[in-house]
Amino acid sequence: MSVVVGILFMAATYLILSRSLLRIIIGTGLLSHGAHLLILTMGGLKQGAAPLLSEKAGSYVDPLPQALILTAIVISFGVTSFFLVLAYRSYQELGTDDMHRLRGND
Amino acid sequence: MSLLHWAILSPFIFALFVPLFFKYLKNIHTGWFVLPLPILLFFYFISFIQETMHGETIKESVAWIRSLNISFTAHVDGLSLLFALLITGIGTLVILYSIFYLNKQKEQLGSFYLFLMLFMGAMLGVVLSDNIIVLYTFWELTSLSSFLLIGYWNNREKSRYGAQKSLLITVFGGLSMLGGFILLYLITGTFSIQEMMNQTNQILNHELFIPTMILILLGAFTKSAQFPFYIWLPDAMEAPTPISAYLHSATMVKAGLYLVARLSPIFAFSSTWFWIVSSVGIFTLLWGSINAVKQTDLKAILAFSTVSQLGMIMSLLGVGAASLHLESLSDGIYPVATTAAIFHLFNHATFKGSLFMVAGIVDHETGTRDIRRLGGLMTVMPITFTIAVIGSFSMAGLPPFNGFLSKEMFFTGMVELTHMDFSNVQTWGILFPIIAWIGSIFTFVYCMIFVFKTFTGPYKPDQLKKQAHEAPIGMLISPIILASFVVIVFFYPDLISHTILEPTVAAILPAQYIVEEIHIKPWHGFNIELFMTIGVVISGVLLYKLWPKWQAIYNIMPNKLTLNKGYDHALASLEKNSSNLTKLYMTGFIRDYLIYIFSFFILILGATMVIKDGFVFNTENITSIRLYEVILALVMVAGTITTVLSRSRLTAIIALSSVGYSLSLFFVLFRAPDLALTQLIIETVSVALFLLAFYHLPELTKHERKLHFRFVHILISFGVGIMVTLIAISANSQRVGQSISKYYEDFSYKLAGGKNMVNVILVDFRGFDTLFEITVLGIASLAIYSMIKLKVAKEGES
Repeated sequence: MSVVVGILFMAATYLILSRSLLRIIIGTGLLSHGAHLLILTMGGLKQGAAPLLSEKAGSYVDPLPQALILTAIVISFGVTSFFLVLAYRSYQELGTDDMHRLRGND
Repeated sequence: MSLLHWAILSPFIFALFVPLFFKYLKNIHTGWFVLPLPILLFFYFISFIQETMHGETIKESVAWIRSLNISFTAHVDGLSLLFALLITGIGTLVILYSIFYLNKQKEQLGSFYLFLMLFMGAMLGVVLSDNIIVLYTFWELTSLSSFLLIGYWNNREKSRYGAQKSLLITVFGGLSMLGGFILLYLITGTFSIQEMMNQTNQILNHELFIPTMILILLGAFTKSAQFPFYIWLPDAMEAPTPISAYLHSATMVKAGLYLVARLSPIFAFSSTWFWIVSSVGIFTLLWGSINAVKQTDLKAILAFSTVSQLGMIMSLLGVGAASLHLESLSDGIYPVATTAAIFHLFNHATFKGSLFMVAGIVDHETGTRDIRRLGGLMTVMPITFTIAVIGSFSMAGLPPFNGFLSKEMFFTGMVELTHMDFSNVQTWGILFPIIAWIGSIFTFVYCMIFVFKTFTGPYKPDQLKKQAHEAPIGMLISPIILASFVVIVFFYPDLISHTILEPTVAAILPAQYIVEEIHIKPWHGFNIELFMTIGVVISGVLLYKLWPKWQAIYNIMPNKLTLNKGYDHALASLEKNSSNLTKLYMTGFIRDYLIYIFSFFILILGATMVIKDGFVFNTENITSIRLYEVILALVMVAGTITTVLSRSRLTAIIALSSVGYSLSLFFVLFRAPDLALTQLIIETVSVALFLLAFYHLPELTKHERKLHFRFVHILISFGVGIMVTLIAISANSQRVGQSISKYYEDFSYKLAGGKNMVNVILVDFRGFDTLFEITVLGIASLAIYSMIKLKVAKEGES
């Protein structure tokens, strides 16, 4: 699983380094996927029942990382949507999504 | 708070009221209100003479910062008292002089006297503090008030330049000194100078001794305008003349001498101290006197002569320290150099103060200070001329003025040095009297230039801005008082030798050397010093007469190689280079900054991993990998690669969503039903949003360009990916401690009454996270809403 996370991070980094704003946002999306998967992996991928007590299983998977990821998903969604609208607005105002042209006049 | 503390702080308190006097009592010159304070202080300090004469010291202490053991300790001994008397005494005379010098209608007198009071208080604080941190505080206050006073006419560019230069140099020294003080504290464990004196052996044998000494000496040398830090002093001459007389001849520039003298009992046992202090001093003496000869501005001559005389005193303090190494000292040979230093310090304050005032009078009454335009003022200004003669001849070291006495002692000290037998003084020491002698010849020459170019020769009324005439009596009082001191001290040296000089020397030299009585006599009989003085006079007169012939020699040294040019160049290139450096890495492209951040991330983590040998791989914790997982992982990787490689954005977005959906399938596989649900919904909404944004970005073709493959980017991405993988594997391979989730399993139902552990954690055990997560969503939606609305409002306006 670690390798998959690594590939996700790699791709995300590459996209974030690109010139187009939309690509950068896609990169952040990949990055948050990678991070969520990383949390899950680090929590331990041992076998067990879903964390529902009614299942009467002998062992459950760890519920804490799941709670953390749930929080993280919602937050990253909030930020991504804000970021998207920001990109949309900046395109409307400035007429470009090229990061190289989004430079202040100094 | 004792009376002594109030005395030190009184100028600061008084300074608060000065602007009020200036504002509400416009008819009377503000200086008159200020004048009584230094007079009072002067008489207050005179009252201490009785005690210091008998070897007593006065110590008063007030706690300042208790937790750091810093207390405001005032300590009066001979050395402090000499300085305190100089500060208040000359301060009184300077204020009196400034009343007649500065116009009450044209000048901002309120700020002038405020700065002056600030300076006086700071200077008193420097000389009377026993605690080094308090001393440093006052030290920087003198730098600051000097800065304000030099830049007093702040509409002139030269004033601002001079003020900035002096501040930069003296604060550089001050900060080095603070570093030295802190090291001193680390060595001794006390902030008190008096207590440090009991630990000299410990200080001398400490490994930090040399850095400590050099840092402190940097402070002293910058303040006292020693080579090569003297360059600020000639530029400080842009200050009003009373300020030049007070700060830049009599008091502030002597703060460095005070520091050297004050710390002599601690450092003087090291021969390094002797070598540094006396060679820097003697070289400054020579350099300053040679440079003074070529100046054409009266105040510039005086500035370089101040540099030179300060060098002389500094070298004498160094030689005085050398006398500690002599075994013969215990036989009763008197450390004449230290006495000479203190005596000359006093003399210099008197004659240099009067000479600056003379320069100010000449400037005030003729409109120029350029000696090429001046001349023949002897008959016009007889009193000023007399004072100038007295001051200059004393500076040149001629009888019957006090400069003669101290110069004789200076020669004695230098000649005696050659007889000393320690750390190679016997070989190189012969240079000291020779350099001193040459320096004295140049001193003689510029003293003669100062007097005779100004006051004799043809009178040139056409070149002067004003009709020259004698100064008002009020302006003459102060220089007359100082000049009369110059003469009186020659005839009655005992007047100050027992009362002031003896306790001062006792304070400088460590207690174990019993100070004999000082006998200053004008006449020693025919000895080597007398012949040296005669030689100085003869060669000086010859050189002065031939001055036009050898004047050209100064043109040999190119203007570019002077220290001033060096300073200016260094400052300019510092500014330019730092600006270039900033431009080099602050490109304004986000991509570049991201590259810095990512590379730093890789480097730091990679280095830590290598250094700490952090990478561990073991398979203990790893559960068996199932087929579903492999397939799903492959799907995910394929999605990722498609996202990166796709040429159109549509493909990229769809590939991204495929990654998101496979992530939710992962959540299903790893038994996380809530996560899978949330991820599915969120991914759907996100994709919709992406498409929405996509829809609004017109002209797809324009943006559907091929990705620029950049080697660096790929390298960095690989680095980040590999680093994360390695860290994940290592962290997984070396777990410490058990998970705390057992608690949730056991108590979710018992305590919270819920069976879905994830939900119980979210709303019950860790409900605060959820609260603020809701807040994040709320803020995001509000921000989105306002962004859209803002546009409408803007369009409505236009």
